[in-house]
Amino acid sequence: MIVLNGQHSDVGAGETVAAVLERLGLQADARGIAVAVDGQVVPRAVWREFALPEGARVEVLTAMQGG
Amino acid sequence: MADSLSIAGRTFASRLLLGTGGFPSLELMSEAIAASGSEIVTVALRRIDPGARGSLVDVLSDAGVELLPNTAGCQTARDAVVTAQLAREAFETSWVKLEVTGDEDTLLPDAPELLLAAEQLVDDGFVVLPYTTDDPVLARRLVDVGCAAVMPLGSPIGSGMGIRNPYNIALIREAVDVPVVLDAGIGTASDAALAMELGCDAVMAASAISRAQDPVRMARAMRAAVEAGRLARGAGRIPRRLYATASTPNEGLPELS
Repeated sequence: MIVLNGQHSDVGAGETVAAVLERLGLQADARGIAVAVDGQVVPRAVWREFALPEGARVEVLTAMQGG
Repeated sequence: MADSLSIAGRTFASRLLLGTGGFPSLELMSEAIAASGSEIVTVALRRIDPGARGSLVDVLSDAGVELLPNTAGCQTARDAVVTAQLAREAFETSWVKLEVTGDEDTLLPDAPELLLAAEQLVDDGFVVLPYTTDDPVLARRLVDVGCAAVMPLGSPIGSGMGIRNPYNIALIREAVDVPVVLDAGIGTASDAALAMELGCDAVMAASAISRAQDPVRMARAMRAAVEAGRLARGAGRIPRRLYATASTPNEGLPELS
């Protein structure tokens, strides 16, 4: 079970970060996106090979209006 | 460029930084950015909403402004450091407006966590602009660890209470040799002018513009106020006196009774 942005998801362990982004309708070269897994930054350069461990907490973030 | 703002080797013609939070629409935000003349605008990093994708990044890119990601909402140095690293990934900038707050009601900075995060981010190659209290000693400590500017508050974020301790803001200007950007608490144009008159190098406004009844008109007002305050600071104000000093000479005064 992977937790995606705070919600239980049907993303399975072993899927890559790039695959998760694709499920969200995002290209791997999308601007303004950042990904953290278990509280650590996953650099854009490794999105295609980074496989999610079982129970991973994935955060997919983007720009929001803010001061 | 004449009288430009210089931060970490970059120069900017505008001394007004704009926060993007609080605008009712992206269209109004774009208009306000244009009216403000701002070249640096802040953005936050939040969970993506796959449903809503009027892209803020695209709008700001079209506006031709520099993005300054913030770490708003972070309450620990660790969270702020990771958020800054994520922002660097997302926006391809090593600049960060560092916010580490310690109290949900006042959103006041948590000084020890702020200093710790600043030190770690500077070591990691970031250009750090910390949102800090109006404490000259803390400002100096932040500069000592390598911050590129300091952003002292006038009063709590979004309070519109103006500059509660102008003496401390003036002391901060004297205490550090990096740009001082008055951040938080600006309510209206006169607050921005006062900040500049006190010697601040720039002013950051968010809610004061975005939540004004007419954000675009307020953006113009802030722009004019920052320019006026900067000019007045350079011009050198007269000292305050308790009693009047006649501006018209008494020589040649006729005797009429």
